[in-house]
Amino acid sequence: MSVWQATISWLTTAAHWSGPEGITTRVIQHLTLSALSLALACAVALPLSLWLGHIGRGGFLAIAVTNVGRAVPTFALLSVFSLTALGFSNRSVVLALVLFGIPPVLTNAYTALRDVDPDVVEAARGVGMTGPQVLARVELPLALPLVVNGIRLAAVQIVATLTIAALVAGPGLGRIISQGFGTHNNGETVAGALLVVALAVVVEGLFALAQRRLRPSQENRNKPSGILVADPS
Amino acid sequence: MHPLASSCLTLNEWVCPAYVSTRSTELRLALLQHIELTLESVLLAFALSLPLAVAVRRSRRASEALLEISTALYTVPSLALFALLVPLTGFKPITVVIGLVMYALTVLVRNVLTGLAGVPAEVVEVARGLGMGPMRILLTVELPLAVPAIVAGLRVATVSTVALLTVGAVIGYGGLGNLINDGFTNFFKAEVLTASVLCVLLALAFDAALVLGQRLLTPWLRGRSS
Repeated sequence: MSVWQATISWLTTAAHWSGPEGITTRVIQHLTLSALSLALACAVALPLSLWLGHIGRGGFLAIAVTNVGRAVPTFALLSVFSLTALGFSNRSVVLALVLFGIPPVLTNAYTALRDVDPDVVEAARGVGMTGPQVLARVELPLALPLVVNGIRLAAVQIVATLTIAALVAGPGLGRIISQGFGTHNNGETVAGALLVVALAVVVEGLFALAQRRLRPSQENRNKPSGILVADPS
Repeated sequence: MHPLASSCLTLNEWVCPAYVSTRSTELRLALLQHIELTLESVLLAFALSLPLAVAVRRSRRASEALLEISTALYTVPSLALFALLVPLTGFKPITVVIGLVMYALTVLVRNVLTGLAGVPAEVVEVARGLGMGPMRILLTVELPLAVPAIVAGLRVATVSTVALLTVGAVIGYGGLGNLINDGFTNFFKAEVLTASVLCVLLALAFDAALVLGQRLLTPWLRGRSS
C-alpha cells in the first residue's frame, strides 16, 4: 500500500475521528489552546507596545524581543517548561506559546505606531487632543492594519509551536504526527501533517482576510510596511 | 569521582557541571552534527537563492509568485513538513536538510531580491557605459552592493535554522535537539538545559560570525552607522 493510500485510509476510518484521541478532539484542543495563548500574548504585548510606540521609546526592546524569540528553539523551551514545577500540563504549553506569540505582536504594533505620519499626530495635538485621545482616535486607527498583521503572525507561530508540543507529550493535532512516528505508521504521520497544514492555512487565511478588510484605502493596498514575514517554527 | 561533583547528577539539578564533564563526547558529537547540518542547509539554500533571485527579478509577476509561495511555506509547521518528507526521503539527515533548505531559501530569496532592487540604477548605467557585460555587472557591481541585505537575510536564516534543527530529533537528526529529546524522555534536567543553552549560544556565534564577515566584505561601509 502506498503512503497516499495509507493516508487516505487512515483519514477515512471513522474511529480516528471520534473519542478522546480522535481528530475532532485534537482539532478542538488545538484551536482552544491557540486562541487562549493568542489572547494572553496580546494582553501582554499590545498595551506595552502601544504605550512604547506612543511615547516613541523602547525600539531596542521591540527588536531584541524578536531576535531572542528567533534564537530560542521552541522545542527547547517546551522541554524545559515540562520539566519544571509546571509539569506535563496545558499550563506549561500555554506559557511557552504565549512567550513565542509576544514578539510578532510587540514588534509589529510598535512599528505600526512609529510609522504613523508625525505631521498627522502634530495636527491632532494642535487641535487640542490629549495624549490618550491622540493614541485612541488617530494613531491606533491608522496603525490598525499592521497591528493586526502582528496578531496574524503570532497566530501562525502559536499554531505551529503547539504542533511541536506533541514532542513533549503535549495536546493538540501534533500528537497524531508523533504517534505516527512512534508506531512507524506513515499513513497516520502524513494524515496528521496534512491536518496540521490545513488548520494552519485556515487560521492564516482568516487573519489575512480580516487584515485586508481593515486596510483604510485603496492607495495603501500595495504598500508593504513593517515586518510582513514570520519566522518558521 | 569526587562525591560532590556527582551530587548534581543524582539530585537531577538543572545546572550540573558534572553532566558536562562526564558527557563531553556526547555533547561534542551533538554540537558537531548541529553545526554540520546547519551549514549544509544554509549554504545549499544560499547557493540556490542567488540564481533563483536573479532569474525572477526582472519579472514582477514571477517575483511576486515566488514571494507568495515563500510566505505560504512559513505557515507550514516544521514538524508537519518533516512528517511529509519522511515517506519520500526516509529517516535520514537529507530529510532534515531539505526541510530546512526550504525555510532558509524563502528568507534568502526575499533578501537577495531586496538587495538587488536597492542597487542605484545610475551605478548600473555607469558600469554599462564602461563596457561591462550583464554577468560582470552582476558579479562585480550589483552583488557587492547587495551584501548588506544578503547578510541580513543570512543572519535571519541561520539563526532560525539553528533553532528549527532541534525538531529534526523526530527523525533522529536534530543535533542538540537529540539531547533535548533524550533528556526530556528520561527527565534529565541537566541534559535538556545544557543542550538548549548550547543551541542558543551556537545561534549567537553564527550570527556574530556573519556580522564580522559582512564587515570584512564591505570595507566601504565601515565607520558608518548601519
